[in-house]
Amino acid sequence: MTATVSSGWRFRQPSVIPGFGLTLGYTVAYLTLIILVPLAGLAWRSAGLGAEEFLRIATDPRTTSALRVSFGAALVAALINLVFGLIVAWVLVRYRFPGRRVIDAIVDLPFALPTAVAGIALTAIYAPNGPLGGFLAGYGIKIAYAYPGIVVALVFIGLPFVVRTVQPVMEDLDREIEEAAATLGANRRITVFRVLLPALLPAALTGFALALARGVGEYGSVIFIAGNIPYVTEIAPLLIVIRLEEYNYAGATAIGALMLIISFAMLLLINLIQAWSRKRYGHG
Amino acid sequence: MTRIRGLKTVAALALALGLALPAAAADVTLVNVSYDPTRELYKEYNSAFAAYWKEKSGDNVTVQTSHGGSGKQARAVIDGLSADVVTLALAVDIDIIAKETGKLPENWQSRLPFASSPYTSTIVFLVRKGNPKGVKDWNDLVRSDVQVITPNPKTSGGARWNYLAAWIYALETFGKDEAKAKEFVGQLFKNVPVLDTGARGSTTTFAQRGIGDVLLAWENEAYLSLKELGEDQFDIVVPSLSILAEPPVALVDGNVDAKGTRKAAEAYLEYLYSDVGQKLAAKHFYRPSKPELADPADVARFPAARLVKLEDVFGSWANAQKTHFSDGGVFDQIYKPGQ
Repeated sequence: MTATVSSGWRFRQPSVIPGFGLTLGYTVAYLTLIILVPLAGLAWRSAGLGAEEFLRIATDPRTTSALRVSFGAALVAALINLVFGLIVAWVLVRYRFPGRRVIDAIVDLPFALPTAVAGIALTAIYAPNGPLGGFLAGYGIKIAYAYPGIVVALVFIGLPFVVRTVQPVMEDLDREIEEAAATLGANRRITVFRVLLPALLPAALTGFALALARGVGEYGSVIFIAGNIPYVTEIAPLLIVIRLEEYNYAGATAIGALMLIISFAMLLLINLIQAWSRKRYGHG
Repeated sequence: MTRIRGLKTVAALALALGLALPAAAADVTLVNVSYDPTRELYKEYNSAFAAYWKEKSGDNVTVQTSHGGSGKQARAVIDGLSADVVTLALAVDIDIIAKETGKLPENWQSRLPFASSPYTSTIVFLVRKGNPKGVKDWNDLVRSDVQVITPNPKTSGGARWNYLAAWIYALETFGKDEAKAKEFVGQLFKNVPVLDTGARGSTTTFAQRGIGDVLLAWENEAYLSLKELGEDQFDIVVPSLSILAEPPVALVDGNVDAKGTRKAAEAYLEYLYSDVGQKLAAKHFYRPSKPELADPADVARFPAARLVKLEDVFGSWANAQKTHFSDGGVFDQIYKPGQ
């Protein structure tokens, strides 16, 4: 992430580094090919539906409840990951202890594991006859085949995002800042909340946004643990699959387009918050 | 540089081999696009057919079979998977291939005997050993103390048979009253705590995760579960009435003519009706369409039950599909928001 200095409206700042035209051309061509063309296809297909039909699908209780489940669970999971990801990153950056490298490597495992494997493993553990699920069932807590199961799966697959985005920024954060805060009379709470966290906020928000976006679209792992009951634990990607099974391509694309619009709005909002916090705390 | 040259040599060799092989011997590769629970059957049948075809025509035939949810497989064929034959769970899936691609005629189902179904199956109940909940028939599945496991009819062809079998039972019981049947099936699905996307997923949920009291399953899947997971764990209960599931097979004319594999592909399907094919079907717990050709001991495993043909109740698959499983159809009406 490079900080750009804005001064008036000019196409670009003169730069000492050559190759702008080439790299920009490459960037635009690449993004068009990889991202914009498929997305345009999505928009094109759902546009074929007509506004009325699109609106009917968008306001259908089945669609809205699936979207609520998907976005709600992804939001909860991303929030959990935000808090615990910060703690994990803090431990990994600030302390030296035996096994640190191992823990560091473990954080990446959810990236590497096929999501279906994660889903099956989590279900085996949290099912009523699994080790953890059985224990929790004794207290009347149901994880697998219920809403909390979706959140558990999304926490699992989203964990690395916050840790990995916050970690490098934390490493760059000088210890002297904390010491300076202390000499200026700040107590520990103020140091954490007024000095450290604001500096980490942009990176943490990026990690949060990534985890959220990943969770919203997740299918492979959730499908095994969710129970998939319509209106209760049916996620939006499953509803898309259901529409495809009905050979209802237009309906499937419409839900896909809806998810895209909501996701885009959310990511834009997060980016705006980020820009605001950068301006305010001057860290990027 | 040497590495690059080495790679080039390898590539050239591979190309030469690839070009040389088909010319050297009459090797035929058939692609059979099938559905989920036929894995074991076609694994054995493919090698039996290869031996038969080698003897008959002298050609080496390799059959690649792909498995998956029936609807998903049909879509793959529509999207261009060059299947020589399709052996799917539902006639409607093959109908759609015919309609969307035009690669097989609309009357495909009348081209082979028994409505193109060399074997049939039905829906039975798999219960835990000793049948602790005393489940005997469909009406036990709507009891409030019974939990039922079935895949989602929207995503699983097998589950549609489950649903329709329950529907047929309800119609019979309530004197053809559709509203009562809907209520009955709705009640049944309220007892379903997990809707997996496929039949194998449901089997796992029931057998490995210990969820539910009854698994609605294909007869062949139920027997396979007994064999694989232990006869000491489960029992099979055959309800008083069930549906006759006819998983059809079809030649994809457009593909075999393009590939020049018509002769082998036709023989592949016809051989299913031979004594070898019928024996293998029975061995893998499918009810053979010509039971007299199969091993009597295998046939004796299938309990007699009243099996109703789908066409007799719903007219046609397309009809049942439209009424029950389309967007907003009867199955969707069962589930209401806020439950």
